[in-house]
Amino acid sequence: MTLLAVLQRRVGGPGRRMPPVTVIAATLILLAGLACVVVPGHLAPHPPDAVAPEAALLPPGWGHPLGTDELGRDLLSRVIHGSRLSLLVGAAATLLALLGGAAIGLVAGLFGGLVDAVLMRVVDVMLAFPALLLALGAISVLGSSPTRLAIAVGVSNVATFARLIRGDVLRVRGLAYVTAATVSGVRPAGLLLRYVVPNVCGPALALAVLGFGVAMLESSSLSFLGFGPQPPVADWGMLAAAGRDNLADAWWLSTFPGVAVAVTVLAATIIGKAVQDRRGVQ
Amino acid sequence: MSWARSGDRSGIRSTMVRRRLLSAVTVLIGVVTVAFAVVHLIPGDPVQTMLGTGGAFVDPAQEAALRHELRLDRSLPDQYFAFLASAARGDFGTSFQTGEPVTRLIAEAAPASLSLAGAALLLGALIGTAIAVLSRLTDSRVLGSVLAVLPVLAMSLPAYWVAAVLLQFFSFRLGLVPALGGTGIRGLILPALTMSLPTAGVVAQVLASGLRAAEHESYVLMARAKGATRARVVWRHMLRNTALPAITLTGTTVGSLLGAAVVTETIFGRPGLGRLIITSLNAHDYPVIQGVAAVLGATMILISLLVDLLFTYLDPRVVSTAVWR
Repeated sequence: MTLLAVLQRRVGGPGRRMPPVTVIAATLILLAGLACVVVPGHLAPHPPDAVAPEAALLPPGWGHPLGTDELGRDLLSRVIHGSRLSLLVGAAATLLALLGGAAIGLVAGLFGGLVDAVLMRVVDVMLAFPALLLALGAISVLGSSPTRLAIAVGVSNVATFARLIRGDVLRVRGLAYVTAATVSGVRPAGLLLRYVVPNVCGPALALAVLGFGVAMLESSSLSFLGFGPQPPVADWGMLAAAGRDNLADAWWLSTFPGVAVAVTVLAATIIGKAVQDRRGVQ
Repeated sequence: MSWARSGDRSGIRSTMVRRRLLSAVTVLIGVVTVAFAVVHLIPGDPVQTMLGTGGAFVDPAQEAALRHELRLDRSLPDQYFAFLASAARGDFGTSFQTGEPVTRLIAEAAPASLSLAGAALLLGALIGTAIAVLSRLTDSRVLGSVLAVLPVLAMSLPAYWVAAVLLQFFSFRLGLVPALGGTGIRGLILPALTMSLPTAGVVAQVLASGLRAAEHESYVLMARAKGATRARVVWRHMLRNTALPAITLTGTTVGSLLGAAVVTETIFGRPGLGRLIITSLNAHDYPVIQGVAAVLGATMILISLLVDLLFTYLDPRVVSTAVWR
C-alpha cells in the first residue's frame, strides 16, 4: 500500500466534500502552471540564465520577487522555466503508470483465476519496495535524463494503479447490469469495452489526477537527490537542491522551488478529490 | 471449499493464515529476485570501479583474480542461485568499497533508521489523531474546512522542502537544534517531524472519515442517551471503534516512510539505511544495494503480514465472512 492508495480513499463520507473555495483556487493554480509550461518566456521577468554578479544572492524584493542565486540569476524566472521540465515529467510518468496499471488491472480483473493470481503476485513484489526506492533502482539501470526520470517514476507507480483499477473492475463486474449483459450473450470483448471500461474510467481519472501529485513528489525528490536531469537544465527539485548550500544565508533559494512543488501537488490532490466527489466514487 | 462451513472459525483462520504465509514467501522470493536483477542490469563494471577508473593501467591478472573472487566470472543463473542460497542464510556478501560484510553494514545502519521511523510514526499518529478529533468536535465551518484540507496538505509537502524549512528556522534562525549529524533526542526531532507529516495526513484522513461514519451508530446514540459529553463520546467510544482501520493503514504506509527516509537522512546527514543505499548507488557497491533492497522489501512484507494476521484476531468479522483480499 502506498500514499496514493490512501489518498485515493474518500475523505468524505456523505455530505463532506472538498471546500469549493479550495477547488477553485486549485484549478487556478494548475492553469497558471500550464501557462508556465506553454509560454515560460512571456511570463518570466528575466531570462533564466542571465548571470549578474553584482546582483548575487539578493533577497526577495521589487526587482526580483523571489530573490536571486549566487550568480545573480532571477529565481522567479528559473522557477517558471523549470516548470516545463517538472510538470511534463510528472504528467508523462502519470500517463505511463495509468496505461500500464490499466492494462494489468483490466486483464487481471477480467480473466481472474491463474492470470489474476500471477499478475497480482508480481504487483505485490513491486509494492513491497518503497516507490522511491523502485524509481531509484530504475533510474540507476536506465541512466539519468528527463525522459528516463519519467519512465522510472511511472514504472514505480504502475503496481498501485494496477491494484486499484483491478479492484474497480471486480466491483463493476459484480454489478447487476454486467451480469445481465453476460446472460444476454454479450461477448467478452464487448463486455470489456461497452460495460466495464466506461464505468472504471471515472475512478481511474480521479486516481490519475491524484497520481500526478504523487509523481511530482517522487520525481522532484529524485531530482533533489541528484538522480534527475543533469545541468544546465534545472527542474524544481534541482533548484531546491542547489539552494542547500545557502540554507543559512539565503533561505529563499531552496524554499520557493519547494513551494512550487508543494502547491502543485496540493492543487492536484484537491482536484482529484473533487473529481471523486462529482463522480460519486465510493 | 472446505472452510465454507460456518462455525468452524479456527479452521478457517488456519487456512487463511497458511495461504497468507504462502503468498508472503512467494513475494519474498520475488523481492530478492528483483533486487538481484536490478543490480545486474545497472550499467558499468564493478571490477573497473573497484580497481579505480580514469584510464589507469590495470593488471589483467589482478582483474581476473578479483572477478573470480567476487564470483562475477560465473554465469548469471549460477550467480543468482548462489545469491539466493546465501541470502537465505542472511549472507549478502561483502561491500566492494569497504570489504565489510553487507549484513554488518545493514545491522549498523538499521537502528538509526528504525528509531527515526518509530519516532515519525508516533509523532504522526499523535498529530493525525489531534486533527481528526478536532475536526469532529469543532462547530466552526472555517476551522472545519481548514481541518479537512490539512491532511491533504500534510501529504503534499515534499520531504526535502519540509526539512529545509525546519532547518532554516530551528537550526539557523533560532539555533535550538544542531543542523547536521545531531545525536540523541535533539538530533532526532527535526528529521522525525519531517517524516511524520505524511503519516499524520494518513491517520487524520482515515480517522476523520471513520469518526464521521460512526456518528450514526447505535452505540453513539446509547452513550449520548446515557448523558456522556460530546468529547467523551469521541474519545472513549468512537475513537476506539475507528482506530483499527487507521492502525492497519498506518502500518501499510511504513513503505512510504522508508522511502522518505532516503531523502530525510540525506538532507540531515544522518546515518541509516536510506543514506547507505544512496552512497552505495553512487559508488556502484552492488552487494550493499542488493542487501539493503532485499532487507527493506522483506521488512515491508513482514509488516503487511503482521498487520493482516493481527487484523483477523482483532476483528473476528474478517474471518467469519471469510473474505481474504
